[in-house]
Amino acid sequence: MLLREVGYARPATVEEALSLLAGNDGARALAGGQTLLNVMKQRAASPEVLVDLGKLAELRLVGVQGMTLDIGAMVTLSALMRSSEVEVSRPILAEVAATVADVQVRNRGTLGGNICVNDPTNHFPPLLVALDATMTILSEDGERTVSVEDFFVGVFETAVREGELLTRVSVPAGGGGDGMSGVTLGAHGTYIANAAASVDDGRWRIALGCVAAVPVRATLVESRLSGVDVDEADVRAAVEGLGETLDPPSDVHASADYRRSLTETSVVRAVLQAAERASG
Amino acid sequence: MSVNEPITSAVVTVTVNGTESEHEVPVRRLLVHFLRDDLDLTGTHIGCDTGSCGACTVHLDGVAVKSCAVLAVQADGATVMTVEGLAGEELTPLQRSFHEHHGLQCGYCTPGMLMSASALLAENPSPSEDEVKVALQGNICRCTGYWNIVEAVVAVGKGEAA
Ligand SMILES: Cc1cc2nc3c(=O)[nH]c(=O)nc-3n(C[C@H](O)[C@H](O)[C@H](O)COP(=O)(O)OP(=O)(O)OC[C@H]3O[C@@H](n4cnc5c(N)ncnc54)[C@H](O)[C@@H]3O)c2cc1C
Repeated sequence: MLLREVGYARPATVEEALSLLAGNDGARALAGGQTLLNVMKQRAASPEVLVDLGKLAELRLVGVQGMTLDIGAMVTLSALMRSSEVEVSRPILAEVAATVADVQVRNRGTLGGNICVNDPTNHFPPLLVALDATMTILSEDGERTVSVEDFFVGVFETAVREGELLTRVSVPAGGGGDGMSGVTLGAHGTYIANAAASVDDGRWRIALGCVAAVPVRATLVESRLSGVDVDEADVRAAVEGLGETLDPPSDVHASADYRRSLTETSVVRAVLQAAERASG
Repeated sequence: MSVNEPITSAVVTVTVNGTESEHEVPVRRLLVHFLRDDLDLTGTHIGCDTGSCGACTVHLDGVAVKSCAVLAVQADGATVMTVEGLAGEELTPLQRSFHEHHGLQCGYCTPGMLMSASALLAENPSPSEDEVKVALQGNICRCTGYWNIVEAVVAVGKGEAA
């Protein structure tokens, strides 16, 4: 399909990218383009200028600094799957990357793009909430860091403002045990419901996707599980009543009630997976 | 090469199937249209045009991508291989295997299937059935002829293609 006419720049440095974003009305970052180019075809987005981040090698770095795993915003999902740093320090990120869409989309789609889109069905927003990630955002005025909970603002909306770039996602290296589970359309399709869970020293973080505009923390379940050595019966008991506290959408794939039920089941599975890994 | 000021058309240099070519293209031109309309390489098909069906799959710097979700300007300086670039004088073992296993019906998805399968075989020369299925997840066969396609790719890995 023919796109609307659009300007294009391919900066060689992050500084150039920021000045292009700040200096051009309607400028927008182009990462892997897997979402952006498709919504431009539908005219759902009409940027005036695309600032292609493709040549910014410093945004493609993955590294461990002390107790923190830093992942550049332009790291593709395929690169996450192959990264030895990710495998050693937080393998759930690679596992989840491997279940997003298909090989071709993973070869171009980036971690930064996945979360900047903040589609409520996307895989990484709830996972990064469970992992207690921190996002680094850069503008011409300098750098700021945002906690994962402040990062997701609404559907397709994040804390990244006009003229800014997400440069890096950081998660604690190591951790106790992580899990993610859900129900998808087809083997590696879009999520209908999901939950991500992470436990460290008896302290839980559990996040739900697909039920609201932004990932939802299941704080009640977290506190019920806190400090206990969980078995399946405990987890089922802790999850009881969670669905009633949620207000998920109804659509062609699932009614709100069915989504409540799928979400509870997803939490049980994600928690058991995390608990098993924490003990193993 | 970097582009420091917004432009709406650009001269791109792309090496396609071993031949370097230079073309002026509007920024909004998708890679798939560049291949089909500017280079007349119509083997790469447009299926859904939403990044879902994989009919437009090509190799960009050696990895499988959907060319309907890449701008031609993003391929500036890159190496592209399309289905036309697979065979030399003779068909490749993969192409022969598709023929032998009847791995196509209407043929519309075939170029994309071949490009995804050849990317897999380059990395993993003897994939299992499950590995083939994962590698072909991004390619839809609207005739639903998946069994023979998967068999054709597995057979290449086993050295069974003639
Ligand atoms: C067929 C198909 C199925 C898919 N299924 C799934 C799925 O099931 N689950 C899932 O999680 N994802 C899915 N995706 C989405 C995929 O993961 C996308 O690649 C991803 O969401 C967008 O990443 P991108 O790098 O392509 O970003 P782009 O499309 O380039 O950008 C997306 C948006 O983010 C902004 N942006 C990107 N990077 C930055 C940055 N560093 N700083 C500031 N803004 C930035 C852009 O301006 C744009 O608005 C699917 C995609 C396709 C095509």
